[in-house]
Amino acid sequence: MSSRIINWFKFSSPASFYPLAGKLIPFFTVAAVILIAVGLYLSFLVAPTDYKQGEGYRIIFVHVPAAWMSMFIYLVMAFWAALGLIFNTRLSAMMAESLAPTGAMFTFLALWTGAFWGKPMWGTWWVWDARLTSELILFFLYIGYIALKGAIDDTRRGDRAGAILLLVGVVNIPIIYYSVKWWNTLHQGASIDMQTGSSMASIMLITMLIMALGFWMYSIAVALSRVRSIILERERDSQWVSQLPEVQR
Amino acid sequence: MSLAEFFNMGGYALYVWSSFGATAILMIAEPIILRGRRRTVLQRIVRLIRIRTEEK
Repeated sequence: MSSRIINWFKFSSPASFYPLAGKLIPFFTVAAVILIAVGLYLSFLVAPTDYKQGEGYRIIFVHVPAAWMSMFIYLVMAFWAALGLIFNTRLSAMMAESLAPTGAMFTFLALWTGAFWGKPMWGTWWVWDARLTSELILFFLYIGYIALKGAIDDTRRGDRAGAILLLVGVVNIPIIYYSVKWWNTLHQGASIDMQTGSSMASIMLITMLIMALGFWMYSIAVALSRVRSIILERERDSQWVSQLPEVQR
Repeated sequence: MSLAEFFNMGGYALYVWSSFGATAILMIAEPIILRGRRRTVLQRIVRLIRIRTEEK
């Protein structure tokens, strides 16, 4: 048990996490490429035409995974924010920061693909429905977090301010998730319900899950890659950085 | 199913391809931007090291 604790703290040091992240990136990249390739194959060539929405429903295979990632990445960021505030570890804030642009991207994509799905099915690009509005607020939270970090020159202070913003914003996640239950508006209910299971044909469900898993792997690979750059930017004056093989010329 | 039929997506071509297209563009662009960021920071560190060794 004690050796485990020591190991955790060992990897909370940027100097030891940097090479570990470098080793992990190829695995997650390969997994992401394979899963997304299989997911796209299933999305277009295997999953059958929907009896109500025709071929238009295929948007679900990017829309739902993107929407899941938008919420999940925020939760992971909030987790790192809490960890950073409690243990005062430098790496936690860097991990949170590394996820923000990817989270914002998936939130944008959830809104974008939602609009392109809403137009043919609902007849409108946008409505001020509870689900759509709360997802838009999530997008603003990501943008606000990125802007806040950019506006504070003192990195430690910026980390703390960002962490507090992230933790306050967590309240929005259950609002997004349950919005389709609490307010019965235009957006359809959850595709997968925690209590009743799935409302979809199994091949559609499997396709969606494979795409979601691919997006997960992509997010991890991208976040690890970004955190490596953030570590280098912040630790540029330290001894271990100047001894890295990639800066030895 | 012909290729033209496939791309037509049963009349939903605009919506389906705009969704998948935007997702593809962003998920390809992000790693490219990250590679640029890494290159920039590495160059900066190399410069910093050079300045430091010249000062000694």
